[in-house]
Amino acid sequence: MAQFTLQINGTSRQVEVDPNTPLLWVLRDHLQLVGTKFGCGMAQCGACTIHLDGTAARSCSLPVSSVGNSAITTIEGLSENGDHPVQQAWIEHDVPQCGYCQAGQIMTAAAFLNQNPSPSDTEIEAAMNGNICRCGTYLRIKAAVKTASQNS
Amino acid sequence: MSTLNPKLDRRSFLKVSALAGGGMLLSFSWLAGCKPTPEQSLILPKEWFELNSYIKIGDNGVVTLYSANPEFGSNVKTSMPMILAEELGVDWKMVLVEQADFWPERFQRQFTGGSQGIRQGWTPLRTAGATARQLLINAAAQTWKVPAAEITATAGQLEHKASGKKAGYGELASLAATLPVPEEVALKDPKDFTLIGTSKKNVDLEKIITGTPLFGIDYQMEGMKYAAIVHPPAFGMKLASFDASSVNSLPGILDVFSIQLFKDEYVRNFFDTATFPELVAIVGNSTWEVLQAKKSLKATWEKAPESSFSMSGFGGNPSKVKVPAGLENTEIHLAKMAEYTSKPGNVLRRDGDPEGAFKKATKILEKTYIAPFLAHNTMEPVNCFAHVTADKAEIYGPTQAPEFIIGTIASAIGLPKEKISIKLARMGGGFGLRAYSHHMVEAALISQKAGVPIKMVYSREDDMTYGIYRPSYSATYRAALDEKNQLLALHVKAGGVPETPIHANRFPAGAIDNYLAEGWQIESNITIGAFRAPRSNFIAAAEQSFLDELAEVMGKDPIAFRLDLLKRAETNPVGENNDYDAKRYAGVLELVKEKSKWGSPAAGVHRGVAAYFCHNSYVAEVVDMVLQDKKPVVSKVIAAVDCGIVVNKDASVNMGEGAIVDAIGNALYGELTFNEGVPSKTNFHQYRMIRQQDAPKAIEVHFVESKEDPTGLGEPFFPPVFAALANSLYKATGKRFYQQPFGTQLEKEGFKV
Ligand code: FES
Ligand code: FES
Repeated sequence: MAQFTLQINGTSRQVEVDPNTPLLWVLRDHLQLVGTKFGCGMAQCGACTIHLDGTAARSCSLPVSSVGNSAITTIEGLSENGDHPVQQAWIEHDVPQCGYCQAGQIMTAAAFLNQNPSPSDTEIEAAMNGNICRCGTYLRIKAAVKTASQNS
Repeated sequence: MSTLNPKLDRRSFLKVSALAGGGMLLSFSWLAGCKPTPEQSLILPKEWFELNSYIKIGDNGVVTLYSANPEFGSNVKTSMPMILAEELGVDWKMVLVEQADFWPERFQRQFTGGSQGIRQGWTPLRTAGATARQLLINAAAQTWKVPAAEITATAGQLEHKASGKKAGYGELASLAATLPVPEEVALKDPKDFTLIGTSKKNVDLEKIITGTPLFGIDYQMEGMKYAAIVHPPAFGMKLASFDASSVNSLPGILDVFSIQLFKDEYVRNFFDTATFPELVAIVGNSTWEVLQAKKSLKATWEKAPESSFSMSGFGGNPSKVKVPAGLENTEIHLAKMAEYTSKPGNVLRRDGDPEGAFKKATKILEKTYIAPFLAHNTMEPVNCFAHVTADKAEIYGPTQAPEFIIGTIASAIGLPKEKISIKLARMGGGFGLRAYSHHMVEAALISQKAGVPIKMVYSREDDMTYGIYRPSYSATYRAALDEKNQLLALHVKAGGVPETPIHANRFPAGAIDNYLAEGWQIESNITIGAFRAPRSNFIAAAEQSFLDELAEVMGKDPIAFRLDLLKRAETNPVGENNDYDAKRYAGVLELVKEKSKWGSPAAGVHRGVAAYFCHNSYVAEVVDMVLQDKKPVVSKVIAAVDCGIVVNKDASVNMGEGAIVDAIGNALYGELTFNEGVPSKTNFHQYRMIRQQDAPKAIEVHFVESKEDPTGLGEPFFPPVFAALANSLYKATGKRFYQQPFGTQLEKEGFKV
């Protein structure tokens, strides 16, 4: 067990956990931030995607001890009122079916658009390829990322 | 307002004072933006008045509609309340939707599966909406002293034109709630619908995109502990012993013990499927700690002898179900399936003289189709929260079928059903898997034994290797042709491990004079369960691929050939009990033909078609494919569907798109094999799922205009895709594909996937 001070969604949060604990479980079990989802636990599905200093990262495979002072953004902190352009585009296209993968999809998309504000279809497909959606909402995801790129 | 009303189910109208989850406000339907308008921010009334189980109205006119069915992504939580709101006559902007708890005294059929939610909910929900509306009208009539028949009720407003009296629903709700429930009410004429047929966004959309807790796995409670399970490493094995000290002293671990799901005397029901009735449970302070401890558990597993259990039939006496012993292998499954293909099966339907026709044939076309076991791989792994005390149990988790597990829980923990409450979580996918709610029993037993509220979570590996798979199947089709290439007879023989996929009375039965359908099955200890259009998802692939090949041999266009058969079935059907409407079946083929411009595909596009009827809806699909650098790429899928009246348009399109993507993924990559009872794949690094880059570049969904009562959409879009894909692959590659997953076969042929 060790103490960690994490910068999450603009606030400092303290936890006492095993240093090997993946950030995913620190968020979900210890900080009650359950928007970040568990899908595979091995960086294969993208459900657990968060931002680390603005870059998309798989929190299931990120030991809390490796995070340091990096700024963590979770889906809960992406915007104040659910009005990030990516979230707005998700509403416009009514993307989700079950909804379980969508927080991860949105976080991947938001980080990607920061780096590449006007991507081509092929670039969107490549950027979103790490996020699995069993419900098969890929076309709406792609359309929403496109819309968000035009609106941001 | 003309339709005469059917009998009300009185259960729905019990006046029950305390509502479950009181004050738990779950979903607002308005989603125009995230900041509510002033109109919207009135939101919570001072008082609610309950008009029936599904509807309560606030003194300020806000309406809460309960969604009774569990939601797994097919959008019942939005679409079913739309039906209530239509008949109630209320502005959708004033509607809040709340997930109902499992409450069989108040709600009928809280079951999501078989694409039946909308179909079976249609009349009860319309009736509930219309009844509440009539109560409001009666309240206005009484208050204003005018005849009820002169009062109109639309968009939440009551009005008596002649006297100029007007009131909002909220003003009359308190009186309406006390009036006697009318014995009969009029339902709207579908041509007067204003909400049904439009597109309304998912009522949970805002919560989903902001990461608000919604799913079972998100649930937390003060003092709650976490639990993981360890199940045997192979089908056909069971727990011999375990060493508690191997994990007891690990950090954060509180307890380790084994649980037994079923009491000896318990008679199981159809949805009680549990692969491993005995499991080891580990309880601890966090999910991570219990998942880690699993790896250290020292346990001894042994081969399970043949066993059996009692299962209640649908209405009949309990029967014995045998669980065979042995560690199974896919190679042996395949060999056995080949063996069964070549010996007589059980005759399921015979029309005319098929054997005689085959003797007369000048040409016989015979093909065998094979598909593997599939894992559901819902994105939310199996999980459940339970809090069991000496006198009650609270369960919260993903389930499609609470009604079928409450008795199992009651037996396992020794509490009467009335002491058990099941709250229905939004599910991170279902696809049939969560009709089998063994996890609820497991969580309840763990909580009871540990004496604390717990949340149990399966690792992805637990989830993928637990069982309840889509079975492995094989089907052999044979066609007898005369010297003019006319079809004389059709014979299908199909089976699987452990069930046959045949629906003997479906098309093409009824369209062919000499027809024979036979089934067979091979027993197995690998558990199976419903998987998005069970059986249909395989037999459609086989049948519709075969018809494509047969049409080619007969020198006919694949759509024209099917239409000819359907014409025969419509005008002069063969045999009895044909369980499809040939005209509606042909209708979707006609529509897809028109919308895809079937006769004139774009240059370089290879297309295949298929159609199927299951779960009461008709679907035809055309898959367009291009070859890019030896890689088949699906450029477009065009679907035509007849599901009667479409309730929520865009949500229905979304369902079609999703099912098409899901089917392409399963057809190309889906496969689980076994070696000595051990599943070959444990996580997504091995189990390939369709991803963004593999998805079709475009999908069009077209609806047949219809006045028929609505039928479901979760499943019917899925089965025909497999065959339309195989048929387009044939056009693109020159090879017919008979064995799923097609990706493996494509690679063998030198293509990329
Ligand atoms: S849970 Fe982290 S990538 Fe799947
Ligand atoms: S919406 Fe269900 S997994 Fe993506």
